[in-house]
Amino acid sequence: MGQATIIPFGPQHPVLPEPLHLDLVVEDETVIEAIPQIGFIHRGLEKLVETRDYNQFVYVAERICGICAFGHSMGYAETVEQLMGVEIPPRAEYLRVIWHELSRIHSHILWMGLAADAFGFESLFMHCWRLRERVLDIFEKTTGGRVIFSVVKVGGVVRDISATQFEEIKRVLEGIKDDYRQLCNAFLKDSSVKNRTVGIGYISHDDALANSMVGPFVRASNVATDTRLLGGGGYRYLHDFEPVVDSQGDCYARVKVRALEVLQSICIIEEMIAKIPAGDIAVEVKGAPADGAEAASVMEQPRGECYYYARGNGTKNLERMRMRTPTSQNLAGMTAALAGCDLADVNMIVLTIDPCISCTER
Amino acid sequence: MGVMTLKGLFKEAETIQYPLQSKPTPAGLKGHILNNTSQCILCGVCQKRCPTGAISVSKADHTWRIDRFHCIQCGSCSRECPKGCLSMEPGYASPSTKKFDELFEVAVVLTENKKTPLASKASPLDSLPPHGNVV
Repeated sequence: MGQATIIPFGPQHPVLPEPLHLDLVVEDETVIEAIPQIGFIHRGLEKLVETRDYNQFVYVAERICGICAFGHSMGYAETVEQLMGVEIPPRAEYLRVIWHELSRIHSHILWMGLAADAFGFESLFMHCWRLRERVLDIFEKTTGGRVIFSVVKVGGVVRDISATQFEEIKRVLEGIKDDYRQLCNAFLKDSSVKNRTVGIGYISHDDALANSMVGPFVRASNVATDTRLLGGGGYRYLHDFEPVVDSQGDCYARVKVRALEVLQSICIIEEMIAKIPAGDIAVEVKGAPADGAEAASVMEQPRGECYYYARGNGTKNLERMRMRTPTSQNLAGMTAALAGCDLADVNMIVLTIDPCISCTER
Repeated sequence: MGVMTLKGLFKEAETIQYPLQSKPTPAGLKGHILNNTSQCILCGVCQKRCPTGAISVSKADHTWRIDRFHCIQCGSCSRECPKGCLSMEPGYASPSTKKFDELFEVAVVLTENKKTPLASKASPLDSLPPHGNVV
């Protein structure tokens, strides 16, 4: 056994899309311990509730993260609606779910591209991002933006999707499916991918629960948890569906869970489009949250469960807005997965939890 | 995967030769805010609603300004405008090397509790490059 050495990893590293720093305690080529450090991109967004009213804060909430921008604005709006006792029209709930599931598809395909890039499969990376571009085109046509949409407001949504656009969405998603299945074949059956993922970064079912992990990371360790099943917002209109789980608990299982979740999201969107009712897309919200009123909600973001808390103070500015993001839950699991791994596998393990540090630090 | 890559050899390219070519602009694209100054009454609702403070309205100078670099294209101003004079013009703005406010001059007559727009002066946008006045 060699002498223990500390190797700094990040915050600037080719494999990291976000600034996460790890001190890797290494003996020979084996990582003994990984000590994470964050704090490079704290922006103080929660503090801004003191200077922006509850309507304006929607635009701050969606800037917490570029990938799950829509999810954060939706989660925030649902919490404030709960705080003020506002019931939004069913069509607005359906539209929110459709956009949110499209965001999940775009997030997962983006992540799969980054993973392919990390293990050196450049053409797979390009095919992933080519498909993601089709989803971004849908966003551009239906919301007017590609990443930041600004379509959610407290009380509903600001844009409707026409029947013609729904037909186009269905056609595009149908077109994506064929190409996407071929991508899944490459991710799940190609030996060069399997060599980098199978048996790497194992997290057992018990460890996953002990570390309070969330999202696809925990579902890959055979924990069937998905906050969409709680039926919050428009998800209560869905038929029952089973969360995608896998029992292997390694990097391969995490790739597999995300790959299959894209197909599940496509099914959810098709179901919502088939069932969407006609009617208004927003209700007028007046007044301010009562002094001392509190509300909390959870949402299944692409990376897992996200918790929102809001407290009113009788003015248009909230007293407190708090979010607990999936990555902050998953960092403990990530360090557990890194302990004992090979130094060359660190990038794959870090990437398979899909860390979003800008969400975590806000 | 191999089939998909081979098919790619015979398909049209997914990318375009920007800036020689550009993608068609979807009708609903948020683009940027324009003010139809002939309708504007300088009420200041847009200034109050703007979450980033990009809009400043001056009744004394009869001007309506927008800082394009602070505007986040959320559309709050155009939705709340009581006269419907603000609109989101589809199309991405061209890159710029300087920061500046874009100035719109509005001609209004202020009477007792009533503001009636007169024929407005032409917007400086008409005679200026896409980004308007450099302030």
